[in-house]
Amino acid sequence: MAEPARAKPKPTPETQHFWDGTKAGELRLQRCDACANVYFPPRPFCPSCASRKVSVFKASGKGKLYSYVINHRPAAPGFTPPYAIAVVELDEGPRMMSNIIDCPQTPEALELDMPLEVAFEALDDKITLPLFRPAKG
Amino acid sequence: MRRNQVAVVGAAETTELGVIPNMSQIQLHADAALNAIADAGLKLSDIDGFATAVETPQQMAHYLGITPTWVDGTSVGGCSFMLHVRHAAAAIEAGLCKTVLITHAESGKSMIGKQPRFTAPDSLNGQFEAPFGVYGPPSMFPIPVLRFMKTHGITHEQLAMVAVVQREWAAKNPRATMKDPITVADVLNSRMIAYPFRLLQCCLVTDGGGALILTSADRAKDFPNKPVYILGTGESVETPMVSQMKTFDSSRAFKVAGPLAFKEAGITHKDVDHLMIYDAFAHLPLYGLGDLGFMPHEETGKFIADGNTRPGGKLPLNTNGGGLSYMHSGMYGMYALQESVRQMRGIAPAQVPNAKISVCHGVGGMFAASGTIIFTNEK
Repeated sequence: MAEPARAKPKPTPETQHFWDGTKAGELRLQRCDACANVYFPPRPFCPSCASRKVSVFKASGKGKLYSYVINHRPAAPGFTPPYAIAVVELDEGPRMMSNIIDCPQTPEALELDMPLEVAFEALDDKITLPLFRPAKG
Repeated sequence: MRRNQVAVVGAAETTELGVIPNMSQIQLHADAALNAIADAGLKLSDIDGFATAVETPQQMAHYLGITPTWVDGTSVGGCSFMLHVRHAAAAIEAGLCKTVLITHAESGKSMIGKQPRFTAPDSLNGQFEAPFGVYGPPSMFPIPVLRFMKTHGITHEQLAMVAVVQREWAAKNPRATMKDPITVADVLNSRMIAYPFRLLQCCLVTDGGGALILTSADRAKDFPNKPVYILGTGESVETPMVSQMKTFDSSRAFKVAGPLAFKEAGITHKDVDHLMIYDAFAHLPLYGLGDLGFMPHEETGKFIADGNTRPGGKLPLNTNGGGLSYMHSGMYGMYALQESVRQMRGIAPAQVPNAKISVCHGVGGMFAASGTIIFTNEK
C-alpha cells in the first residue's frame, strides 16, 4: 500500500494563476493597480481598497522566517516528525505558510528572521508546492 | 448596548465532565440544557430564543422540543458562546424574544455523534495551509508564539508558569480534570507536542457541555439564583488562516472585541476583580492580558511568573484551572462563561472574595475570532 500522501491543494478559478506559477517555477503574487497593495492569498480584488483592477506578478521568491513550530505529534499524513511548519514573510510584504527544506528541523538551525528563498517541489503533474530553503550567500 | 439590561438567570454544565462514553454529543447538549433549565426554575416551554454552535439550532431545538422565535447559529469556534451572549442580550433588549437558552457540548474525547472536522482541498486553508503539514490545533495555534516571544521578550519559563499557576487553581476545584501540582521543570520536561509547546502547555481533550439562560434584568429578580448582569460585550473575527494574521505580536480580533466590551461596560482595568482568558494553549493568557489592555505585552510573562494571577494574587485569572487543567472539550468558551457566572454568584470552588466584576474573554479557531463578555453582580 502506498504511503499516505500530504494534503494536496485543489485550485479554484481565483487561485489557478498561483498554482500555474509554482508549476512554472514562479512565485506569483497580486498587486492592486489602484493602491499598489500587494496581497496573498489570491483573489481578483484588492482586500485593502476593493478595486477589481489587480495584476499578477512574479515575486522575488525571497523572504525571511517570521515564525514556526516544529511539529512532533500528531503528524500530518505524508510527514515524518519532527518537521517545521513555517510562516515566511516575503520581501514583497505578504506572508505565507510553508516548510523549510535543506535545513535541520531544530530550534538551533531555524533562527527567526533568517533569509530564505523559494524552492519548488512537484507533488504530481498538476500541483507544485512553494517551499523555502536558507538563502545562499 | 445598554448596561445591565439583560442577566444570566440559569447556568449549568453537564452532570459529568471528563470522559463521558455513555452520551452522544447532542445528548451532552441536552444534559447541560436540562441542568440549566432546572437551575433557573424554568420549563423548556418557557424558552423562546435558542443559540448553539457546531450542532445546528434546528438540530438541538428539535431534540430538546423547543419552538424558538429567535435563533442564532453563529459558529466561529470556541468563543461562539460569547457571541451568542452578546447577540442574545441585543435580541432580548430589542424585544425579539424573552428567554434565551444557549447550549454547548462536545464529545471531544469519546467522539460519539461528533462530525469529524474536514478541510476541503479547494478551501483557502486546504490550498495554503494544509499542504504544509498542519494537523489539528496543536500544530497550528502555537505557530505565532516564537515571534511573540521574540518581539516581547517572553521566556520559555514564563510560558511554563502559565500552566503551573493554572494547576494551582485547578487543585481547588473538585471538578477539574488535572489537580496534582506541577513545576516549571515538569512543564519543560513534558513530552514535546509542537515546539515550543509541550504537553502541559496544551489544553486537555475531554467530553462535556454547558448551558446558559438569559432574560431581561427586570424579570431576573424573580428567578431562584442571584442574577448576573451583562455589563459589556464585544466581538470580532480576523482570519481562518493563522498564517494570515495581521501580526503575530497580538491578535486583531482580541484588540477589537476586548476594548469594545470595556467601553460598553464603562469600566477601567482597575475595576476588574476576576478574569477569564480562554487558554487553549499557554500563550493565550499573555496575548489576552496585552490585547485587552491590562498591560503592555512585554510585561505579561513576568506578571504571570511573579504570581499576580495565582490564588491570592491581585488579578485572579482562569480560576477554574482553565483549558489546561479544568477541561477542554474543543470549544472551551462556554466553560469560561460558566466560571465567570459562578464567581459572580459567589459559588465558585475557588471563589474570589467580594468579586463584583468579571471579564470573560474567548478565542475562536486559531485567533480567528474573539468574544468578550463583562459580567457584574451589582445592578
